[in-house]
Amino acid sequence: MSKQKNSFLEWIDQRFPMTVTWREHLSEYYAPKNFNFWYFFGSLALLVLVNQLITGIFLTMSYKPDASLAFASVEYIMRDVDYGWLIRYMHSTGASMFFVVVYLHMFRGMIYGSYRKPRELLWLIGMAIFFVLMSLAFTGYILPWGQMSYWGAQVIVSMFEAIPFIGETLHNWILGDFMLSDAALNRFFAYHVVTLPVLIVVLVFVHIIALHEVGSNNPDGIEIKENKNPETKIPVDGIPFHPYYTVKDIFGVVGFLIVFCGIIFFAPEMGGYFLEYNNFIPANTLQTPDHIAPVWYFTPYYSMLRAVTVNFLWIDAKLWGVFLMVAGVAVFCFLPWLDRSPVKSIRYKGPIFKFALATFVISFFVLGWLGTQSPTPLYTLLAQIFSVIYFAFFILMPWYSKIDKTKPEPKRVTK
Amino acid sequence: MNKIKIFLLVLCFAPMALYAAEPGMPLDKAPIDTSDNESLQRGAQAFVNYCLTCHGASFMRYNRHRDIGWDNEAVVLNKLVMTGQKAGDLMVSAMRKNEGEEWFGVAPPDLSVIARSRGADWLYTYLRAFYRDDTTVPGWNNLVFDRAAMPHVLYEFQGEQRLVVKNVEGKEVKSLDLVKPGSMTVSEYDKYVADLVNYLVYIGEPIANERKRIGMLVMIFLLGMLGLTYLLYREYWRDIH
Repeated sequence: MSKQKNSFLEWIDQRFPMTVTWREHLSEYYAPKNFNFWYFFGSLALLVLVNQLITGIFLTMSYKPDASLAFASVEYIMRDVDYGWLIRYMHSTGASMFFVVVYLHMFRGMIYGSYRKPRELLWLIGMAIFFVLMSLAFTGYILPWGQMSYWGAQVIVSMFEAIPFIGETLHNWILGDFMLSDAALNRFFAYHVVTLPVLIVVLVFVHIIALHEVGSNNPDGIEIKENKNPETKIPVDGIPFHPYYTVKDIFGVVGFLIVFCGIIFFAPEMGGYFLEYNNFIPANTLQTPDHIAPVWYFTPYYSMLRAVTVNFLWIDAKLWGVFLMVAGVAVFCFLPWLDRSPVKSIRYKGPIFKFALATFVISFFVLGWLGTQSPTPLYTLLAQIFSVIYFAFFILMPWYSKIDKTKPEPKRVTK
Repeated sequence: MNKIKIFLLVLCFAPMALYAAEPGMPLDKAPIDTSDNESLQRGAQAFVNYCLTCHGASFMRYNRHRDIGWDNEAVVLNKLVMTGQKAGDLMVSAMRKNEGEEWFGVAPPDLSVIARSRGADWLYTYLRAFYRDDTTVPGWNNLVFDRAAMPHVLYEFQGEQRLVVKNVEGKEVKSLDLVKPGSMTVSEYDKYVADLVNYLVYIGEPIANERKRIGMLVMIFLLGMLGLTYLLYREYWRDIH
């Protein structure tokens, strides 16, 4: 039996690098042995991506990308398709949980300095995935064609109009109409089910290839490749990804599924945050809802968009808002070059960094909460203050990371 | 370190606790129990008798009422269908959209998922908050939905209410006064509306009870798996120090 198997493997290996790939990426890919809780979120992001792809295929079978049929077709899935409700809730909960997992994955990178040399490109590829994920979420949210789908999208696409000179033309070109309509629904559907999924899968593949080239960072922020066993050439603090991290990640997956299924089966609307109440009203092009709030994962950036209220340097406040919002997302790309600390991990960084990070996290949550509320003068002021704190974390980093009092890094990874 | 983690995790879900209802009238708590089939059946008949004339529930099929104890199609037809519709048909309204617009100024909305957008408490309060107002076209107004296009369809049951505006410490406080009793007592009418709203909650998501039932099984399975996968992880990692 085993001989047969080997000859079969040989036959394949002469034609395709199966065993080599298995070794390089799993059984002989050496990961630091001190991964903690935060290191579950990479594999969980992959799990949610697969969940979205599979449930998405089944939704596409019954969904109708037509402005007059879309809303009813979603309810048809919820009621008349066998287990359609489960597939739909898996997809809608998956969308929100994708952001939960990705935000925590990014936060892991920030606390342990995973964006630092030699992982700058890995971080940038990750940011590209984040941009595509946001586009996927945006195009997907339009599809049920409820009031929030329609008016939320209206807010986003109207941002293009703020661009000087070409704004209006660009807006009409993107929508294929002078307003959000069936034409836009059809093309956003095409992006959501073809273009963007292909892009995100390719980028995730590239992300993993880049990771396996430079090797994983770890909670100590030291390079395990610098301390190899002279005979075996294996990092002394490294352990094979398979089976050690595969079994550990399976445990993480089950832990995640408890939360994920808890939401799907007991609170699929998640208090109006994962499925907004107003989105159970079919889109009405003539009736603007009193209060438009994007889904929770966009609200920190939505707050930044609304925070700018004055025209400045001959440029319209609205355009500054758009600029600030885009900058709020894009600023993460510069982290590898903003951080000048001699150490990578928060474990050895000094009090200034810890304070700065804490203010950043708080501002992210406050901006997120403000984005769900109707603007009042007080809320707008708060949005302005916390936007400044948010950006200060990044812009001041080259200085505070340099003067911060750091602790010496250990030679070997610690527990 | 662990405390920080827990704190951060809690923070992640903090905004969800902050959901607040729209400002305006305080809403009465609707006594919802979608496991009470008798209440749902009474609500279904009230819906067919008084709502379906103008409002559709066009994502709902008649034979779906097997969920609430009418598992025989003949029973469903007998209890709910007055026209020539079949058991597998959708519960569409007899009124056409353009007729509704012509008669009420706005087409009566479909009520299939109304409980998911408005919420049970709003519906429960709304259906009990109509009052006489001769300045409006239908002759009725509503405390939670000002100038609603809908007349008080159930006024024969509830009777007629009038608006009472009191000035309490410089603030206007609105309340309703029953001036002409209907055929039901106040508590009978409240119960009638509660059944109706219960039914609207049910048709908003007919699978909801089944979903929770399956969810319990899934949770039990996953908790078992959590223990097993943890032991597997510990077994593999025994030699890593």
